[in-house]
Amino acid sequence: MIELINVHKSFGSQTVLNGLNLTIPVGKTTAVIGPSGEGKSVMLKHMIGLLQPDQGDVLVEGTSIVGLRRSQLNQVREKFAMVFQNAALFDSMTVYENVAFPLEEKTSLSRSEIEDRVAVALQEVGLKNVNHKYPDELSGGMKKRVGLARALLLQPQIVLFDEPTTGLDPVIRRAIHQLIKETQEKFGFTAVIVSHDIPDIFDVAHHIAMLYRGEILQFGTPSEIQTSEHPVVRQFISGSLDGPINSGVA
Amino acid sequence: MTHFLRTIGRGTIGQLQELGNCGQFLAYALYSILRRPGRPVHILKQVNFIGTKSLFVIVLTAAFTGMVLGLQGYYTLTKFGSEGMLGTAVALSLIRELGPVLSALMVTGRAGSAITAEIGIMRISEQIDAMETMALDPYKYLISPKFIAAMISMPLLCGIFDVVGIYGGWVVGVKLLGVNPGAYFSEMYKSVEWKDVYSGFVKSYSFGIIIAWIGCYKGYYAGHGAEGVSKATTESVVLTSVLILVWDYFLTSVLL
Repeated sequence: MIELINVHKSFGSQTVLNGLNLTIPVGKTTAVIGPSGEGKSVMLKHMIGLLQPDQGDVLVEGTSIVGLRRSQLNQVREKFAMVFQNAALFDSMTVYENVAFPLEEKTSLSRSEIEDRVAVALQEVGLKNVNHKYPDELSGGMKKRVGLARALLLQPQIVLFDEPTTGLDPVIRRAIHQLIKETQEKFGFTAVIVSHDIPDIFDVAHHIAMLYRGEILQFGTPSEIQTSEHPVVRQFISGSLDGPINSGVA
Repeated sequence: MTHFLRTIGRGTIGQLQELGNCGQFLAYALYSILRRPGRPVHILKQVNFIGTKSLFVIVLTAAFTGMVLGLQGYYTLTKFGSEGMLGTAVALSLIRELGPVLSALMVTGRAGSAITAEIGIMRISEQIDAMETMALDPYKYLISPKFIAAMISMPLLCGIFDVVGIYGGWVVGVKLLGVNPGAYFSEMYKSVEWKDVYSGFVKSYSFGIIIAWIGCYKGYYAGHGAEGVSKATTESVVLTSVLILVWDYFLTSVLL
């Protein structure tokens, strides 16, 4: 279980998280939705210790990860995997090398065992004949799939997805969502997805958290969120220009 | 008035913080070299990048530096009727000072900037974050191999610079200006001491650390986007060059 307790975070004079409280249920998929620039990715980076809160606490399975030394933090991170918005593949490595990298560095598997596991991982995300390609030779959707294969290879307990479908066409977007849903059901990991994909995300997530102005405005099941009476939640889901959310467009 | 003082104070604190971060980065990088030096294959790759690929520019610079030293030295020494000392003048200038400093400045321009750009791009494209989320230490994979490679490459490049430079001076002094070839090398042999060679290598070794330190640090903490990387690269080259010259002065005053 991941708990964020009264988390505050500012960058210079800009306050991003403002007393955020959130509990992520174990073995379920939780989606965090909210307008752009509200700190969803910042919140995700706090969960894995890439950012430290100015105030408040972050607990992973009951243990605080705030202020841990690098070696202690790495022990906590063994439980995690993260899929980044732009996949964050190592651009000087081929697809095979990218996916094999954590196995080569963190296990004592033989070369043939690594080859087999990489082949299975790539097959599971629906990729064929891409082993020798470099990330800049792949489409956006393929990069996301490689990122997903790399993340799931060490069978993590918790997987964080930072806008996994941003910039993809509707068909690929649906395919990636389906893939996340299937793999979560198959491996039973705890998933946290930061997303803007309304209404697709309601089919993928067990719980939805609405982040607005640095706080969780509402947390509930997809149906509870869809029937919410809160004007901000309603406006965000409907995509209406009229309402409390400022679109920033004149 | 309060606003002015606040601005000055904020700037000073910012600079001190940057200095502290920079020092902490060096300390952790050196600690990582001892604890997690990285795989030999990664180190060799970096030796190839920092060392082997800098050879051409080092040889070219060394040849012309030696040649100009030959010309200037001959012009000065003939005034005193001591052109036989040309070999000594060229060799001592190169071994003690110009070899380590110029080779370091050349490597800064060629490899130091590339190190910053490479790590900076990895930073802004979240590749370093990805490594950290895998519970892998970026220092082991990115920083340590570059430090070790720079510490291996710089003394070797400096040695090559010295030798090529001495032969550059020989071409101009002996072949073009008619200095006695025996005198060129025998005077050099008599005058150059082990201490001169040793001090040159100590300098180039420490310059290697400076190049890797500033190059990696500036890339690791690069700002946002292409502009952030471009700024980090420029700062890296300028700061490394200045630090090399300042450190050279202090080291010379200690080693003399």
